[in-house]
Amino acid sequence: MAEPTKATDADALSLLSLRGLTRRFGGLTAVDGIDLELNRGELVSIIGPNGAGKTTLFNLVTGLDRPDAGEVRLDGHRITGFAPEKLAGQGIARTFQLGRVFGNLSVMDNVLIGAHARLRAVQPAVPLIGPLLELGLALWRPAAVNAEEERLREEARGILARFGERLLPRLDQPAYSLSYANRRRVEIARALALKPRLLLLDEPTAGMNPTETTEMQALVAELKAEGLTILPIEHKLDMVMRLSDRVVVMDDGKKIAEGSGEDVRNDAGVIEAYLGHGLSRPQADDRETAA
Amino acid sequence: MSSWLDYTINGLIVGNVYALVAVGLALIFGVSRLINFAQGSIYLVGAYVGWVAVVRLQTPLVITIVLVAGVSALIGLLIERFGLRPLQNSVRIAPLLATIGISFVLDQIVMLTFSPNPRALPSQLPDIRFQIGAGTIGPLDILIAGIGLASAVLLFVFLRYSKLGWAVRATAQDRDAAMQMGVDVNRVNQAVFGIAAALGGVSGMLVGMYYNQIDTAMSLQATLKGVVAEVVGGAGNVPGAVIGSLLLGLVESYGIAIFGTSYRNLFSFVLLVAVLVFRPNGLFASAKRAPPEPLTGTFIAPSRPVHLPLWALLLAFTALALLPLLPVSSYVLQTLINAWLFAMLALSLTLVAGTSGQVSLGHAALLAIGAYTSALLSLDLAVPVGLAILCGGLMSAALGTLLISPSFRLRGHYVSIATLAIGEIISLIILNWETVTRGPIGISGIPPLSLFGHELVDTPQIYWFTLLVMVVLALLQMRLLGSHLGRGFRAIRDDDVAARAYGLSLNRYKALAFIFGGFAAGVSGGIAAHLYSYINHETFNTQQSILALTIVILGGLGNVAGAIVGSVALVGLPEVFRIAAEYRILIYGIVLLLLVRFRPQGLLGTI
Repeated sequence: MAEPTKATDADALSLLSLRGLTRRFGGLTAVDGIDLELNRGELVSIIGPNGAGKTTLFNLVTGLDRPDAGEVRLDGHRITGFAPEKLAGQGIARTFQLGRVFGNLSVMDNVLIGAHARLRAVQPAVPLIGPLLELGLALWRPAAVNAEEERLREEARGILARFGERLLPRLDQPAYSLSYANRRRVEIARALALKPRLLLLDEPTAGMNPTETTEMQALVAELKAEGLTILPIEHKLDMVMRLSDRVVVMDDGKKIAEGSGEDVRNDAGVIEAYLGHGLSRPQADDRETAA
Repeated sequence: MSSWLDYTINGLIVGNVYALVAVGLALIFGVSRLINFAQGSIYLVGAYVGWVAVVRLQTPLVITIVLVAGVSALIGLLIERFGLRPLQNSVRIAPLLATIGISFVLDQIVMLTFSPNPRALPSQLPDIRFQIGAGTIGPLDILIAGIGLASAVLLFVFLRYSKLGWAVRATAQDRDAAMQMGVDVNRVNQAVFGIAAALGGVSGMLVGMYYNQIDTAMSLQATLKGVVAEVVGGAGNVPGAVIGSLLLGLVESYGIAIFGTSYRNLFSFVLLVAVLVFRPNGLFASAKRAPPEPLTGTFIAPSRPVHLPLWALLLAFTALALLPLLPVSSYVLQTLINAWLFAMLALSLTLVAGTSGQVSLGHAALLAIGAYTSALLSLDLAVPVGLAILCGGLMSAALGTLLISPSFRLRGHYVSIATLAIGEIISLIILNWETVTRGPIGISGIPPLSLFGHELVDTPQIYWFTLLVMVVLALLQMRLLGSHLGRGFRAIRDDDVAARAYGLSLNRYKALAFIFGGFAAGVSGGIAAHLYSYINHETFNTQQSILALTIVILGGLGNVAGAIVGSVALVGLPEVFRIAAEYRILIYGIVLLLLVRFRPQGLLGTI
């Protein structure tokens, strides 16, 4: 794997940069030459009809899938095709479209897994015998290891406190016993425990009722205000318009529009993508805005 | 020395027989994403039904074939209806375990009915050979080829032109869509199991006639060969299974010609592992597509583990430690020594299969590595026994993990197949590496247990020693579970994709689980070697692997206390109640089936 190349001054503002990112599945090009710049502290929403390639794009950025062409840079360093576990160490955290909490782990353990990439005391950076040392330290647990664990637990409680009394009373309950909305919250808490530089949210409010959606929207706004760089996929246009610095619209794997919420909303190509090709069937498909 | 043509003909005939098994496996995998481990048992039943027909009833060949196919199909239908259909909404490992349980039960029923001794199965065909070039061919070869061809044509016609065949193909492509279009998926399953069983049964009968011998060990071998052929051809791919089978037959036949009979199975298992690792879609699929996932979904049954208070554990330990001082017979102590040895293996497996989700079916191989290391070190290099056992544990941790590592890339049922094959490979290496392992003769005269020059001779001493080692290993494992590693192992089990996205390297943590678990299993094997004083390549076999798995499921996956309780229950109790050995395996099979159906979280719950 290529060593990350040196960052240049021009990239000083840019945190994530995608160039010509392409992924083909057989005859289908799911992601087709996507370019994207995401600056530090920005919130850029990705919208588009189902099957537009949004989640595939996420998978390419987070290393769960490898692009056929193009490159991904984080902070100016090339990270194309890096393994997901490595990217987690670089500060990229994501949530999943359908929610992927660890069902049999307690709420606390789920969030602690989020902090796994930040473990230092128990994961000495020694080549070759590093894993064996990790096993030894896990069994022996010297003071430094215990202190680190305690600190992360404290931090996890702090993160869970963001959700008020939703999760705090349920710290030791297995995640499978939680309500759907609470599982989504646990996922976000897990992502925050990574202390991400870049947070990718795949439909954070999917399947939530209006109250829950409003809460989630407030949380995302709060995270943005704290300076976190966020890249959400979102279908609820209300939320997209309110939170986004910019909006990127995808259709058929391509970026068909980019700009402020207002610009994108009035873009002819976007309207066509959402309302059916040719505008001949204006009422054809409003699945994206409804949800 | 036969000619190459003979080896080719032999390879194609054997391949033809494998094809009958593999096609059934492929059909079943196609519609239900399940690897049916009971397929070999149906093959066994077919062989014995054939024997009854030919030897006892003296039916003509055509009637024999019809009878075998009919009885086998009936058993297939019963398996589908009562063994698998109730598990449709269970956790994804449940159907696989159920087919293993069914296979144990069927094999044992056959063994109890007909005795384990081999029997001759005459073919009723004239014993003549036709000369073809440099090779010869007999009527039975032609019959096998004919049945293979006829089955292929019939199956093709069925799948292509009958309504039910369409339904089968539709279900294989997209089960949910087929259901929504009104396909009766249960009927499809039934049809597929019936056809698969009929083919498997006929195959068993033909093999029996080909070698003019049948015995109860045929079952597991047939399942393994069928699985190899099916995976080589691409799981769920019916024509692929046929080609994979012929290929496997040829590879084996030429392998025997070059290296000798004892290498035969080595080739097929190495082929299996290589295909799984490098071309998981089989040899004929395009590499782009992701392999069909065998039964994804939640891996284990959600449950809350039973909390055992500390005083109860201390009380139990004290009672067990004081047991030899009470007036109990040394027979009871010996039984419990055996239970403690199994508990160490179960601890190992519950960590790997339960906590980390890698359901290993070849775990006994880790015992073998520990046992051989310890035995050879103490015999050949005069290493003190205590140290040798420790080295056995370390060797099992290192070598075992290294050998199992190809399976780290796999998921779900493929892990089970790969570990089963790797277990067989280890046993075959032990058999064939005569300069070190003494091959089929085995190792005898292994020095008895001793610690620091003090020989442990009487039963209570051995009892205390094994109990202590087991408890220390259990405590270490509990400490491990309470660490960030325990958390990480369980995260990988629950969702490996999400785990990777949060920085958990699958290779690293699966390896650590196998290293820790391999040590416990190796120590168990090492102690066993010095207790038995004689071991060979069959001392640690698949039956023990499956027993260990049953113990682990009985106790609760990942549950340390459960592994110990399960060992006492399944190893100790049958002994105490003096249940004859041949019934025990039957009981293990039934216990496994009942657990999977009614209490998948085990006695003490999954952790």
